[in-house]
Amino acid sequence: MTNLIETVNLASSPADLVLHDRVHTSLYTDARIFDEELEKVFYSTWIWVAHASEIPEGGSYKSTYIGKQPVIVVRDRKKDVHVLLNRCRHRGATVCEHKKGKANSFVCPYHGWSYALDGSLRGVPHPESYADCLDKGELPLVSLRVEEYNGMIFATFKDDIEPLVDFLGPAKKWIDLFMKQGAGYGVKVSGEHRFRFPGNWKIQLENTTDAYHFPLVHKSFLSSVDEQTLELFDFVKGPGYVEDLGNGHSVMVMIPELVDLEANLDQPIPERFEALAEELRGEGIEEQQVRRIVRAVGGSGFNLNLFPNVACSMAFFRVLQPVSVNETEIHHAVITMDGGPAVANRYRLRLHEHFQGPMGFGTPDDSEAWERVQKGAQAGTDLWIMLNRGLPGEKPSEDGLISDVSAETGMRAAYQQWKKMMSV
Amino acid sequence: MNLELLNHVSAFIWQEADMLDHGDFDAWLNLWTEKGTYIIPIDPNETDFENTLNYAYDDHHMRQLRVQRLIGGESISTSPRARTVRALSRFRVLGEEDGVVTVRCAQNLREFRKDVLKHYTADITFQLKREGECFKIQRKLIQLINSTDTLAGIGYIL
Repeated sequence: MTNLIETVNLASSPADLVLHDRVHTSLYTDARIFDEELEKVFYSTWIWVAHASEIPEGGSYKSTYIGKQPVIVVRDRKKDVHVLLNRCRHRGATVCEHKKGKANSFVCPYHGWSYALDGSLRGVPHPESYADCLDKGELPLVSLRVEEYNGMIFATFKDDIEPLVDFLGPAKKWIDLFMKQGAGYGVKVSGEHRFRFPGNWKIQLENTTDAYHFPLVHKSFLSSVDEQTLELFDFVKGPGYVEDLGNGHSVMVMIPELVDLEANLDQPIPERFEALAEELRGEGIEEQQVRRIVRAVGGSGFNLNLFPNVACSMAFFRVLQPVSVNETEIHHAVITMDGGPAVANRYRLRLHEHFQGPMGFGTPDDSEAWERVQKGAQAGTDLWIMLNRGLPGEKPSEDGLISDVSAETGMRAAYQQWKKMMSV
Repeated sequence: MNLELLNHVSAFIWQEADMLDHGDFDAWLNLWTEKGTYIIPIDPNETDFENTLNYAYDDHHMRQLRVQRLIGGESISTSPRARTVRALSRFRVLGEEDGVVTVRCAQNLREFRKDVLKHYTADITFQLKREGECFKIQRKLIQLINSTDTLAGIGYIL
């Protein structure tokens, strides 16, 4: 009667579920795999929690999640960044319910225990009842290991994993290139669109280096842009590429001429930016800087996917947060030039609104496609998700493996890292 | 209280709502002044919409593109199109200056698409410019009461 044993009850090792060219459907649908991912992926590696511009001053904080655990990212008076579990050490209530703000301390609303910005327990009301059985030094907000690279702040529960710079490896130079869109003013997060879709988090992870879907899913977006932009986004047959950067990270270069935003500043200004350039000149900005701003204003020509939860995606940060096996929250944080000309920043804001968010011309169509993946993956529980596109042309590169722009190389990179982490 | 004005603006706004629910988009596009803006902010306390991130900040050109996206059949999130019914009430004239009447009202909208029924509630503040006997919309500001929460795709015009 072996046919009565459902496949869902058979234990499978990660190595059986992730092959070099495909992954098993249960990676999207099995709640037990999801629970294991929280432990072995989200609580075991570097997770992006903030960009430095989101907490600019002493006392600035934001609240977010690592996996399913609420955390506070806060800058103290000495400008050091702390990532604290958002849980009072007394009886467990959250000590902060605001998404962002400024604070001198975090006070638990339940019994009034108060914590300094570095998480240390400062005081408890009516301490006399504790007599000598409360050692405040033993009960700070739990503070995670934090490291930062070029404004990107990451935290981890693990003290024994490699330093952030080693984890990022060759991805570091792509982060540096991405930050050039600050055009010398610096990169600033100026708000975000947040949305949820009923699907597994890895469906979104895959999408960041998926050029293959663009002309089809984003047809209505492409119909809404000017000729020059349309040409720029017609990259599927173009000279771009996808590169596996190791540790699950990958980059998809869609528009090679926009990899380095500070190169080729002498080229003619594209027609669609002429009006903006004229306005910038009118503000007395010198020609070289005008060209720098104009070249940076539409963002970088690539998507950098950092395993497992953040991407530097053309002109914004894409952050994903797993909610359950079939629900994922996404944040698309808009980037502006910090203190840069308002007219250029307005251009960036409108560009973001045009594609991203619940009323954008791009995001809702992505979301619909991902929802369809989750729904379809309920059928054929023994089937596989195919990731073999671009394999024949894949070759070793200086940093890993490289293939054509619509290759599934980035997804294969992410799943190999997933397999490695889940096999521990 | 100027009941005649209240009646007049209510009739205009109900007509706009009916156009949107029934897909009469050409007529809807003609309701606007040339520089009219359609805004759905994120932060309920924001007032400088031009220099902040919104869900939508549409000028005339973007409104035309948005309509095209809804009817063009190229977008998997808008075809099939969502069915909507919106009810507007609680009209209050906040003031009139230089021929522009500011009216605030409440909107409850039900959306049905595929197999999901959703509900969006918003404060809407119209700036209506007098044009002869009628009005043109100078600004429509839609403040969803859950604008700071995570939203799902909204494939129609609020």
